[in-house]
Amino acid sequence: MADVPRNLPPLSLHVPEPKFRPGDAVDFAAVEVPPAGAQPRPDTAADPASFHDLSYTLIRVLDDEGQAVGPWNPRLDPDTLRTMLRDMALVRAFDERMFRAQRQGKTSFYMKCTGEEAVAIAATHALSRDDMCFPSYRQQGILIARNYSLVQMMNQIYSNSGDVLQGKQLPIMYSSRDDGFFSISGNLTTQYPQAVGWAMASAAKGDTRIAATWCGEGSTAEGDFHSAMTFATVYKAPVIFNVVNNQWAISSFSGFAGAEATTFAARAIGYGMAGLRIDGNDALAVYAATQWAAERARTNQGPTLIEHFTYRAEGHSTSDDPTQYRSAGEPGAWPLGDPVARLKAHLIAIGEWDEERHAAQDREVAELVKAAQKEAEKNGILGHGLHQPLDSLFDGVFEEMPWHLREQRQQMLDEEEASGRPWARKA
Amino acid sequence: MSDVIETAATGEAGETVRMNMIQSINSAMAVMMERDPNVIVMGEDVGYFGGVFRATAGLQEKFGKTRVFDTPITECGIIGVAIGMGAYGLRPVPEIQFADYIYPALDQLVSEAARLRYRSAGQFTAPLTVRSPFGGGIFGGQTHSQSPEGIFTHVSGVKTVIPSTPYDAKGLLIASIEDNDPVIFFEPKRIYNGPFNGHWDRPAENWSKHPGGAVPEGYYRIELGKAAIVRPGNALTILAYGTMVHVAKATVEEMGIDAEIIDLRTLVPLDIETIEESVKKTGRCMVVHEATRTGGFGAELSALVQERCFYHLEAPVERVTGFDTPYPHSLEWAYFPGPVRIGQALKKLLKD
Ligand SMILES: Cc1ncc(C[n+]2csc(CCOP(=O)(O)OP(=O)(O)O)c2C)c(N)n1
Repeated sequence: MADVPRNLPPLSLHVPEPKFRPGDAVDFAAVEVPPAGAQPRPDTAADPASFHDLSYTLIRVLDDEGQAVGPWNPRLDPDTLRTMLRDMALVRAFDERMFRAQRQGKTSFYMKCTGEEAVAIAATHALSRDDMCFPSYRQQGILIARNYSLVQMMNQIYSNSGDVLQGKQLPIMYSSRDDGFFSISGNLTTQYPQAVGWAMASAAKGDTRIAATWCGEGSTAEGDFHSAMTFATVYKAPVIFNVVNNQWAISSFSGFAGAEATTFAARAIGYGMAGLRIDGNDALAVYAATQWAAERARTNQGPTLIEHFTYRAEGHSTSDDPTQYRSAGEPGAWPLGDPVARLKAHLIAIGEWDEERHAAQDREVAELVKAAQKEAEKNGILGHGLHQPLDSLFDGVFEEMPWHLREQRQQMLDEEEASGRPWARKA
Repeated sequence: MSDVIETAATGEAGETVRMNMIQSINSAMAVMMERDPNVIVMGEDVGYFGGVFRATAGLQEKFGKTRVFDTPITECGIIGVAIGMGAYGLRPVPEIQFADYIYPALDQLVSEAARLRYRSAGQFTAPLTVRSPFGGGIFGGQTHSQSPEGIFTHVSGVKTVIPSTPYDAKGLLIASIEDNDPVIFFEPKRIYNGPFNGHWDRPAENWSKHPGGAVPEGYYRIELGKAAIVRPGNALTILAYGTMVHVAKATVEEMGIDAEIIDLRTLVPLDIETIEESVKKTGRCMVVHEATRTGGFGAELSALVQERCFYHLEAPVERVTGFDTPYPHSLEWAYFPGPVRIGQALKKLLKD
């Protein structure tokens, strides 16, 4: 052991700091935005070591003129493009409406995905209908893209009598097995290893279905993220890992998840996994990357990590006020634009869309959401939570109810009797 | 604090001002950071923003980024790193944003922090104070409502502290930060802004009207392991902590029952003397907590009372708890042990 020299300069602790805080003028010039179409598209059977660069750049398809360019252009037909655009507009309208519903006291909580609509919508269009998605709370677009009923979504948000989850979950924590949508947890990143397990099971059974999972960049710090990566790479699990880098984790900027040192896509490299870093506000790039990763998974080439470089244009949730920690100018200055506007511009540029049709569509989706809300509210709003049959509180803890739960259920019913509360007994 | 008969505060408290519990917790950290340069505050969103509940607001500005900082979102990382800092000689006060998210940190807390002193024969210790908001009643659903205190009282080597007023929160937090053992400090978030009588359809009070909202600005500590008798009485003894102290108090007052209510304040170490003395006096005992029933801390309390006061008991110890289910979003008020559940149990306990 060497002697410790006594006259060393003192160490110092580095604590990351975002570039802009409330009151600062925003300048995103330091965000490197390579031109669309510039990145090569490797063969899906290629060795991940041969395309490490794709973890450090940004794969982009839509250029500034709204044209789709380069080897990653998925060459989608206009109908698919229009469907994706409509889905994205619908998610936005849905978010608007439900955010307002929370503000009106109709439910306890809501989370928007404004500015990130392409991430879930385009990916879902590139997956098969029966692939299993393990989302976090900001991928409501998966359900919308799979034509899940808006009324059902709202019933869940209101915890009303029509809620298929029986009022047991926080609003927006949907679950629909039939639609390949795994039950959302409030505990961050727990879905990551679960997605790997599902994918491993599918491979072990000789199935053809694959799994996809999503988490935020902040959530990549969780241990579960790293366990998932290890399992996936060891067993070459047919799974797609999506990291939605929207720059902020509540008030903490991406630097607190490690973004000052490297990219999130580069997490893949240490595991020997395929990694892509893409423009998350470019629906075509999201589609193309997902399609490529899905092909790798389906041909037993193993997992892919996709970093969607995007921006959370609104608050974290209804409980959050982003002006307390970030510059108000950020959302407007974001260099990758708005995903809905960009896809719209593309459709217009190729002569398949126009402003009039777009405005009509905006009206149409707003009406659709409004009508769905009206329908859902017939089943009640959260209010005081009186919509679920009282004794359903004990359903679903176990498949069969043990004695102590039956006893407690009786106790609760006696309590109701004593209180004169207006809960309805289960029919 | 007029309605606390036995309090164990010591210190040079200074001017008293009105605070809610969030402010008093903030004040405790500020006082300790001022006094001891080794105290540091860390956790998700605690730095610039000051925490999602604003408990650390202003601390970074005052004490700098290397003493108050945001962390990556990894609870096991936060606690593991805090243990290392403690081993160096710092006194970390990590925040776990919601108690529901303490589970990823369990291994570091249970296998490491709790045993470091024991397994190293005192060469290393983990003097951390883990703050975390807990409990329900805010429509937080399954993952923002849990009460995991029983998990920690079951572990040897960690202390578990739960305040019920701003005054206690500050004095107990200061004592926790000064403590050389790892402390889990659970903050009942339902009463952050004011005491609460358990009736979900009535507005919550404000701490400014409650004696517990009068908080000295400076340093004082409430010794860990000392309960408070928040209401003297002779008909029975109610053992409670956190939010449930207020619900129990409101219930017995509404029912006109001469109950003695003991706010345990710390579960480990437990003030067994105060409990024993009270139960021997009243001959009846009820335990109230919001956590699920089976294997909960109420079971431990009930067993202790039975072991030590059996020949003085005139009725079996009654347990009032949350149910053995996850916290249901829409039916959370049916889950919550409110005045009706406590009232039913009181009637049963006082039957003959
Ligand atoms: C295990 C766990 N720890 C903490 C939280 C509290 N929490 C909820 S969302 C969030 C930020 C997540 O940020 P990110 O992963 O970047 O996703 P984003 O919300 O930006 O989409 C935090 C800290 C939680 N839900 N679960």
